[in-house]
Amino acid sequence: MDQSRIRNFSIIAHIDHGKSTLADRILELTDAVSEREMREQVLDTMELERERGITIKAQAVRVPWKGHELNLIDTPGHVDFTYEVSRALQACEGALLVVDAAQGIEAQTLANAYLAIENGLEIVPVVNKIDLPAADPDGTAIEVADLLGDDPARVLRISAKTGESVADVLDAIVERVPAPSGDSDAPARALVFDSSYDQYRGVLAFVRVVDGSFSTREALRTMATDTRFDAEELGFFSPTMTPVEQLSAGEVGYVVTGLKDVSRLRVGDTLTSVRRPAAKPLPGYKDVKPMVFAGLFPTDSDDYPELRDALERLKLNDAALFYEPETSQALGFGFRCGFLGLLHMEIVRERLEREFDLDLLVTAPNVAYRVQERSDGEWLEVHNPAEFPREVEEVEEPYVAASIIVPKEHVGAVMELNNERRGTFGKLEYLSPERVHLTYELPLAEIVLDYYDQLKSRTRGYASFDYDVAGFRPGELVRVDVLVAGEPVDALSLIIHRGFAYDRGRLLVDKLREEIPRQMFDVPIQAAIGSRVIARETVKAKRKDVLAKCYGGDITRKRKLLEKQKAGKKRMKQVGAVEVPQEAFLAVLNIGQGQRS
Amino acid sequence: MNGARHLYVHLPFCAHRCGYCDFVTATGRDHLHGAYVDALLRELHEEHDGSAVETIFLGGGTPTYTALPELLRLLHALPPAREFTVEANPETVTPKLAFELRASGVNRVSLGAQTFQPRLLRMLERRATPGDVERAISRLRDAGFDNLSLDLIYGIPGQTPADLAVDLGQAVALGPDHISAYELEAKPGTRFTIAHGAELDRQAEQMEDYFERVVVTLTAAGYRWYETANFCRDGKRAAHNLGYWLGRDYLGIGVGAVSTLADERRRNTPKLMRYLEGQYDREVELLDDETRARERLMLGLRLDEPLPLEGLRPALDLAGVMRAERLGLAVDAGETLALTRRGRFLGGAVTAEIVA
Repeated sequence: MDQSRIRNFSIIAHIDHGKSTLADRILELTDAVSEREMREQVLDTMELERERGITIKAQAVRVPWKGHELNLIDTPGHVDFTYEVSRALQACEGALLVVDAAQGIEAQTLANAYLAIENGLEIVPVVNKIDLPAADPDGTAIEVADLLGDDPARVLRISAKTGESVADVLDAIVERVPAPSGDSDAPARALVFDSSYDQYRGVLAFVRVVDGSFSTREALRTMATDTRFDAEELGFFSPTMTPVEQLSAGEVGYVVTGLKDVSRLRVGDTLTSVRRPAAKPLPGYKDVKPMVFAGLFPTDSDDYPELRDALERLKLNDAALFYEPETSQALGFGFRCGFLGLLHMEIVRERLEREFDLDLLVTAPNVAYRVQERSDGEWLEVHNPAEFPREVEEVEEPYVAASIIVPKEHVGAVMELNNERRGTFGKLEYLSPERVHLTYELPLAEIVLDYYDQLKSRTRGYASFDYDVAGFRPGELVRVDVLVAGEPVDALSLIIHRGFAYDRGRLLVDKLREEIPRQMFDVPIQAAIGSRVIARETVKAKRKDVLAKCYGGDITRKRKLLEKQKAGKKRMKQVGAVEVPQEAFLAVLNIGQGQRS
Repeated sequence: MNGARHLYVHLPFCAHRCGYCDFVTATGRDHLHGAYVDALLRELHEEHDGSAVETIFLGGGTPTYTALPELLRLLHALPPAREFTVEANPETVTPKLAFELRASGVNRVSLGAQTFQPRLLRMLERRATPGDVERAISRLRDAGFDNLSLDLIYGIPGQTPADLAVDLGQAVALGPDHISAYELEAKPGTRFTIAHGAELDRQAEQMEDYFERVVVTLTAAGYRWYETANFCRDGKRAAHNLGYWLGRDYLGIGVGAVSTLADERRRNTPKLMRYLEGQYDREVELLDDETRARERLMLGLRLDEPLPLEGLRPALDLAGVMRAERLGLAVDAGETLALTRRGRFLGGAVTAEIVA
């Protein structure tokens, strides 16, 4: 199609502000799909897909509207995928900024809106849910207009739920969003903005053609990773897969690559033709690295092969997921996994537990550290506290640029929290007379624990939060080891700011003393930095462990108790001579994840 | 016919059911004593050929609460035994009962004293007074008994370490040949546990100290700590119970009674009326060699004598034995395995350590 009649757009919205309802309504209104089909096909959940053997999710849907071809490009819905979101936005010329009329702008929306503006997108502001009793369409429209420097009159007011004014949204897309302006005759270039893996067809690339055109069966290559393959099929989603012979400049669609490994086709890479390659790739490609790491162990060690298979399968569809085998004396065999951020970790964990039915034990998450052991030595990247050298010359830790939106009466609470978390104040601005936008630089390590929960509880749930990784900075960090009867417990080692080490060491030792059952001998529990003990407790030996009575009538019951006790011992984790129930580690890991001193 | 040399007879009748008790008992059924003895004798006849046994133990319930003519009818029908024990509540021991028991071949009486503190007796809902115990002992001695045992319970709600010291002193002063000292086992769900939950938890924390005091006090008074909870003088161990601890076969008759015979353990119905009808409704558990070996280990390690290991090696976790030895809890002498003094205090944990 003629580029002038193409419009490519995304929807930017906070969770629950109505993005998927609006998308569904658009599909309905453009007759792309009937109401019944919609429920079956569009509102897909990953589980549903799996049940039906469909593993391809439409990341971009083409719909017709008044002689135009509109491509709605989906963006990953959460904070850890800022880079992926930025690539999806790069594939568009415009974006709908959807804001809940009752909730107003949230931090995540703001971050993505800025991202869209930086990418030069035309923003079409939409206030949704105007049918709600608590809706304040005018107030929200002013807030949105202020943010964009736009006229409140140009902010659309709709209800995706009732369908009110959704047609106006489509009209506004045609009127306000610019048409693509690539060079149809130049060597072909397409941006890979997402990818997906299907067990029958291999890796599917979602692309936005910028220049030139691509044909079926053409030999293609990616410019950053130099992966080569033939385009087995080209097409678009409407929303079912619709094959075409050619994808041309301005169009959005898919390429069936036949590749078996999603990591060979990275989001943000540029696709070109082998026969007539482009001279320069499209800008903006980044090799995204995991920043948050945690050990994942099966609760039942027999489930290790299942965990390995599950990770392998998730990795097919998630190029950002990193994992390598890890052995912990306390927790057995598992994997050290790397994630883009906390939410990514939560998603992976949830999918492993829900889709693969695994019971997991997750160690306290830590960030990636850069470590120099000697002043003239090499810099190492460390992902596991157990591998962190006990003596270091210098350490660097990742920082994030955090953005927080909160009602003004909670600003003090947020500042207090950020100070506790070693934050550096950036700026404060009023979005409206009531709502304030704060920026901070914070060590990533300080937010991977319970920052979000704390933020929510200290602002009674009103704060919204977003962050982007801002690079490594030097830090006063030490490794704290926990020793049980003189043996370090690898799973409980942690890297922490020197100022917090004593309190945290004390907390771990106290908790462990509560959790470790008394043994037949005294068990010292210590927290140490290197060889220096910073906290110590003792689990006193028990002096009696025998059942008082045993006669003819209760031999069976006593024997069963003994057998249970023996079986319980076998389930215990052995730290040196000390038997520690797995629950003890769990409880201690929970304080690592849940609360601070 | 079977090879059991130990016979247990259960008499469930009581004047009153004590709150902490979880044995099979019957109250308010006094008109059934005769019918019950009939049923016992029927079962005995079915299970035993009348030949002499090593030991008989009449337990309950309160065996001495049974109407005397019926009790005597039972005693006379039982086979001859080297040790013949009857359990008695102190307040039931009249001079006549003492005399009749002795005349019927009973040569050992086990008295449920439990404690000598009136307020703790009330807590346990025991009807005897401290004076009853003393009187019972002298009546039994007068009747010619030279083998008397006292039962004590510790860890009673409201009990202090001083109370326990007094109990132990009183018990020793009465000069019984044998003392059993048990911690109060509060079974979940009994009305006692429900009523005294918090205090029982507090007592449970004291049990370590109490157990140590019991062992130290009684051994200092010349008693031999021959089993975890049992003490004796002059070699007067409880031969019947020793049968259990040595893993021997035993025949139990009566309502709710348990027998272990070769490769089978069985339990009679706990329902009195069913039992009276001769409906035993036996619950049967099959015991393979390995299970019996494990039981012999579990039971044998409760005793102060080294346990002969012949036939028990397969039931041992050798690494566990070595760990227990390293910790100074057990001594593996090749032929035998014994627990050290500290090992006996931790007997349950050590057994779990060394059993395969």
